[in-house]
Amino acid sequence: MRKFLAIYSRELRYYFRSITAYAVISIFLVLSGYFFFSIFRFYNILSLQAIKNNDFSGNLNLVDGVMRPVMGNISVILLILLPLLTMRLIAEEKKQGTFELLLTFPVSDPAVVAGKYLSALTVYAVMLAATLLYPVLLMVFADPEIPPVLSGYLGLFLMGASFIAIGTFFSSLTSNQMIAGVSTFGVSLLFLIIGWAAPLAGPVMSAVLSELSFLVHFESFSKGVIDTKDITYYLLLTGFFIFLTLRSLESARWRS
Amino acid sequence: MIQVENLSKFYGSVQAVSGLSFEVKKGEVLGFLGPNGAGKTTTMKMLTCYLPPSSGRATIFGFDIMKDSMEVRKRTGYLPEKSPLYTDMRVGEYLAFVARLRGVPGDRISSSVEMSVEACGLGSVFVKSIGHLSKGFQQRVGIAQAIIHDPELLILDEPTIGLDPKQIIDIRRLITNLGRDRTVILSSHILPEVNQVCGRVIILDRGRLVAVDTPDNLREKLRKFQVTFVVAASSGGGASTQDILGGIGGVTGVRETAREKGASTYRIESVPDRDLRNEIAVRLVSAGVPLLELRSEEMSLEDIFIQLVTEEKN
Repeated sequence: MRKFLAIYSRELRYYFRSITAYAVISIFLVLSGYFFFSIFRFYNILSLQAIKNNDFSGNLNLVDGVMRPVMGNISVILLILLPLLTMRLIAEEKKQGTFELLLTFPVSDPAVVAGKYLSALTVYAVMLAATLLYPVLLMVFADPEIPPVLSGYLGLFLMGASFIAIGTFFSSLTSNQMIAGVSTFGVSLLFLIIGWAAPLAGPVMSAVLSELSFLVHFESFSKGVIDTKDITYYLLLTGFFIFLTLRSLESARWRS
Repeated sequence: MIQVENLSKFYGSVQAVSGLSFEVKKGEVLGFLGPNGAGKTTTMKMLTCYLPPSSGRATIFGFDIMKDSMEVRKRTGYLPEKSPLYTDMRVGEYLAFVARLRGVPGDRISSSVEMSVEACGLGSVFVKSIGHLSKGFQQRVGIAQAIIHDPELLILDEPTIGLDPKQIIDIRRLITNLGRDRTVILSSHILPEVNQVCGRVIILDRGRLVAVDTPDNLREKLRKFQVTFVVAASSGGGASTQDILGGIGGVTGVRETAREKGASTYRIESVPDRDLRNEIAVRLVSAGVPLLELRSEEMSLEDIFIQLVTEEKN
């Protein structure tokens, strides 16, 4: 546990001492802020029109009209930015040769992987927490429903946790950060959009594809439904890639 | 303390180390000597539990490097080739980090950091970022991290590579000091270094053990002939001096190697284990040839090394 903490705090210090964390967090906030602003502005125009037009039959509320589209956009920004956060985790150390030294310390592989994984997850939690400003702004000027916003954030957090697990795994496969980043992006994107193929497939395959999709499982969170099925999905996926990371570290020793 | 039996390592189909067996006693400073690609680094990687051997076994302090690797790691300090360090960290911070990972108890971390900073002369750069240090200081940080948990065994892979001559002397002195109360294994392809620092040498070539002994014994065993240099005034009759030298019993060859300012230098090869200096002096002086200089030459580790490695190839 002490060793895990040593690695965790070293990694976290790295993120905040180099400009990595600040760069990723600030770019994330600029982009998500832009989406929040434009979506909110659009909602604003829409609601003004609804007041003038008595026949307007649309269902206008802040969760469906603002927070859900914003969160949908955030998930796409995460898809692009989180691989940049995770690609260095192990690949950089492999390149520098420090990983060899780390593996000769009396430290277990799970402690190394957990320290690295959770440091990236912490940076992600910080940047996601910063976006809580948007619902807080909504609460100041209006009266959005709080529970769906919170469950949506839980969904985003779990989705990001899965992206980071995928990223940790690909970073353990190579000493080239570029390859780690691109593979993470590709696989994460595939998990995000795999549900789109569902309508084209047969009944069984269609169910499999949509159950594999990040977006399908995120859908219920953003609606305010916390289903153990969706939580389990994200946790299993995260656990699976962490498991693969551990296998990859072990096999790297045997293969070399 | 260290027992290596028949250790082998394949990288794919390439055999990097084959059937290596040796022993290291407590308190010894052992040198691995060999050309690049001889298997020095691979052997060290196996002893530090980084790479599993393909076959054979090794025990350190009685712990098997595969089965009880955590016990071995706790008692071993390692400096990999090119001393990889976290360049974003400060020296003190990095050493404390390594101390924690090496399992130094929390209340002893600051004292063990102090100890290794003291031993490696890092006081002046304690708060500097490792990336900003010179290569010599980085190398010292590498050694400092290897001794942070006061290990009984220190494994150093080419500790002086890439350093300037003064830094090399500093690091050698440091290693000699560390070797007083620890077992040290170091690798090098710089022969005088091994000669100075190590009590025993293992010569490796293409993954195989070629020789193992003290530097002195190696020299003794492998000496095929004794070389003596004579400088005598060349009083016109240079050829006659050569004849006199050639006539001494035990001399197998005489060659004039230089002639300048009225003096000639002769290189005399003779049978080993016999010092001919006395007889050479007497003969030359009695023949009326002024003797200016007389010295016998030690066979250097270089000669031994080249001899061994070329013998292997033939």
